[in-house]
Amino acid sequence: MKQSNPHWKERLAGQIPPLLASEIDIFENEIALRLTGKIDEKVFAETRLRRGAYGQRYDNGQRNDGIEARKLAYGRADLTKGPNTLWDAPGMQRIKIPFGGLNATQLEVLAELAEEYSDGIAHITTRQDVQLHFIHIEDTPSVMRRLAAVGITTREACGNTVRNVTSCPLGGVCRDEAFDVTPYAHDCAQFLLGHPDTQDFGRKFKIAFSGCETNPCALVRIHDLGCVAQVRDGKRGFKVYVGGGLGTVPYQAKLFDEFLPVEELLPLAQAMARVFARLGEKKNRNAARMKFLVVKLGLEEFKRLVLEERAALPTDPRWTTPAVLPEESPLHPGALLQIDPATPGFTTWKSDNVYQQRQEGYATVTVALPLGDLTADQLRGLADIARAYVKETIRTTVEQNIVLRWVSESDLPALYDALSALGLNAAGAGTIVDITACPGTDTCKLGISSSRGLAGELRERLAENGAAADDAIRQLRIKISGCFNSCGQHHIADLGFYGVSRNKSGFAAPHFQVVLGGQWTENAGSYGLAIGAVPSKRIPATVTRITARYVQERQSSETFQAYIRRIGKAECKLMIQDLTEVPPYTTDPSFYSDWHDPRVFTLGDMGIGECAGEVISAIDFQLTACEREAFEAQLALEKKDVSQAAKLAYESMLHGAAALLTWRKLGYDHTPDAIVERFREQFFDTQVFFDPFAGGKFAQYFFRAHERRNEARGEESAHRLIEEAQLFIEACHSCYARLSLQPAKV
Amino acid sequence: MQHIHIKLFAESPAAVRLADAIPVFHRWIQTSAVPGLLIDVADYSHVINGPGVVLIGHEAYYSLDAAKGRLGLLYQRKAKADGDAAENLRDALKTAQAAAALLEHEPEFAGKLRFRQDQVAVTLNDRLLHPNNDETWAAVEPALRAVLDGYTLVRNENPRELFEVLATRA
Repeated sequence: MKQSNPHWKERLAGQIPPLLASEIDIFENEIALRLTGKIDEKVFAETRLRRGAYGQRYDNGQRNDGIEARKLAYGRADLTKGPNTLWDAPGMQRIKIPFGGLNATQLEVLAELAEEYSDGIAHITTRQDVQLHFIHIEDTPSVMRRLAAVGITTREACGNTVRNVTSCPLGGVCRDEAFDVTPYAHDCAQFLLGHPDTQDFGRKFKIAFSGCETNPCALVRIHDLGCVAQVRDGKRGFKVYVGGGLGTVPYQAKLFDEFLPVEELLPLAQAMARVFARLGEKKNRNAARMKFLVVKLGLEEFKRLVLEERAALPTDPRWTTPAVLPEESPLHPGALLQIDPATPGFTTWKSDNVYQQRQEGYATVTVALPLGDLTADQLRGLADIARAYVKETIRTTVEQNIVLRWVSESDLPALYDALSALGLNAAGAGTIVDITACPGTDTCKLGISSSRGLAGELRERLAENGAAADDAIRQLRIKISGCFNSCGQHHIADLGFYGVSRNKSGFAAPHFQVVLGGQWTENAGSYGLAIGAVPSKRIPATVTRITARYVQERQSSETFQAYIRRIGKAECKLMIQDLTEVPPYTTDPSFYSDWHDPRVFTLGDMGIGECAGEVISAIDFQLTACEREAFEAQLALEKKDVSQAAKLAYESMLHGAAALLTWRKLGYDHTPDAIVERFREQFFDTQVFFDPFAGGKFAQYFFRAHERRNEARGEESAHRLIEEAQLFIEACHSCYARLSLQPAKV
Repeated sequence: MQHIHIKLFAESPAAVRLADAIPVFHRWIQTSAVPGLLIDVADYSHVINGPGVVLIGHEAYYSLDAAKGRLGLLYQRKAKADGDAAENLRDALKTAQAAAALLEHEPEFAGKLRFRQDQVAVTLNDRLLHPNNDETWAAVEPALRAVLDGYTLVRNENPRELFEVLATRA
């Protein structure tokens, strides 16, 4: 905790907008009240989340060091900042950057904060935010004040609020856009920030803006509210999508309105917020996102309610009074590149990282950041570059990079040299080496496998083995999540991965589910489906094999998605079948630790029997059979046999539940109703099936599937059921792994 | 002096792989090899001239650091230190030197990693308490000279950067 904390308020007096200053003062008082026990920990948790102060891995005071689970002995062991969250444990500070827009001064302040309060790194997220890790809760008011003094707020960066409003980083310079959406994203963010109608949600609410239908810059269709610019009869408006979202089970957004005039944007967003606050689920957070409300009500009813709400709204002058957003202009005259240095480094970088703006002579340059990370020195260096070459026109991107807009093309060689001096001249922006990954087990409490470790490994190997030199492979996208929650956006990648674990004879091994054929373009037009879990250590080989097959077998200019569709999921699964095998721990323990983390993945206090490596229990076979059934459900769906797909998906869940009952020697009648009832009684009511963070969500999927087993389903509903079945089976695996530590009932 | 950083520089950085520090620091957590509550290991070996691999602690961080292109052992004091300026500096230096000696002898680095004895960088990581200006220099110079007797002290005068002094022994 910084010794200067008490002094920043005075030092920055008068430099912080009064509203933000007061907001931070209130938070500081809440910290003081919590320190004296005058605020309940749950209330404090929500209040800090709403200021972007998030929990981080091990903040419950427990950590497995590879030998045993140990207590982290903080001095104030009884003081918490939320349920099961110790006060002194470091946390993460998320910093909202609306539409990703930053200036040079803000970069410098982020550098100072990363250096003084964090570990020297600022991390760009998949939603254009910046995150700092390992921050002490008592430092957060100073961090917030220093940000507020340069026009940044962390307010509503987390919690059940309107999160960062994201937008296409090429807005205003894009060759394909209908118009620049930046001012609308900005106004929307400002209007909804702290708005009374956005303070009572059951869950977060995410908004995105895109200037066009096709380019993958804003991913509007994975958002609660997505707006795509349209011009009709010379008038500006938006195609509006609602109810999209990734999360455990992804939902494609539904088209709410073909053309919403721009002046209707803010009132519609406000009306939608009111409906969401009024009718959205509040008790069960697993069903509280707007996507569930849209499905529950049906799009037409949802729309009727929103429009009814809109009609009843009292007029707000802010709807039609745009907030002031300085217009961008270039620093240097636009000029074409005169002397091309033609060095291999520059040529590749220019080809990958330089986007020709629609304004002649200007380019937008992508600074490709490894895993979204950059240092304090690099932030300061970028600030200098942003002043020297452009008028501080900087944006973060959903691919965890930074772009500099309005670079005169004649400045590109000098800019490249300046970036090289900072170690920021990596080529490969928007290619297969530009891998997106969530924090995963590095810092996230929910992480199962090391998404960043894997991303770093793949990045290095792809660059080294030259695979990325092939144009067909180069254009693919890899996205990795540490768990099923999709923060790494694995559903919309060509090659997506999400972390799971598998138990082998009493040892847990980190794995990733392989998700193929998601669509990144068309604003995240379609989602991929999982084809099987591969040990983490075999993912690089999996990528090599799949991409090699694609290069070898693709027809003409066939896209990866088209290729995957053509060969079918059965062939995809077959392609990686041998790679799904895990050698026993005794044969190769390296499979039982994760990338860049040598700790044994399983709990180290388990004994190794002489035959442990060879024993395959019945439940291993049964759960594998369940996975096969869920996969067969995918195949049925691929063949448009929706009812068979739904049936198989449901049965895979039923068999997973039965496998657990059998393994625990809990007798049951072999009828579906009896299995469900016994499972509910033994695994759900006792909470032994509960995921430490998702609670009983996956069991609820099973119960719902059972209730609806005789209903006819559409294709989308069957697709979701398959996703739910896979998650339920993953939860069976996890439950089995957890309970393996306890003797089975005999 | 608060929030003191001490960096000891490697003699032959080319021979060292940053990622080799990952298993070492995990072992240090298991064995409580260095003082303080040790929490986790953060791997930034993929960042050029970055913090390298960081052993995150409650009172202090230890890292195999590559900032500014100079590989070294970096000790970063996070928690309040109770002594006077010279005591705090002496403690930080001693802890950093002990950690460096330990690191040199780890199997992953044996024969590859040696730290220079003739140079140390001292940084004060708090811009408000210790701004990088002449006043801070005047305030801390006596303590620096007392602890780093025989070293030539050169201050980094870039006002955007933290207060930092490079001490080199002739």
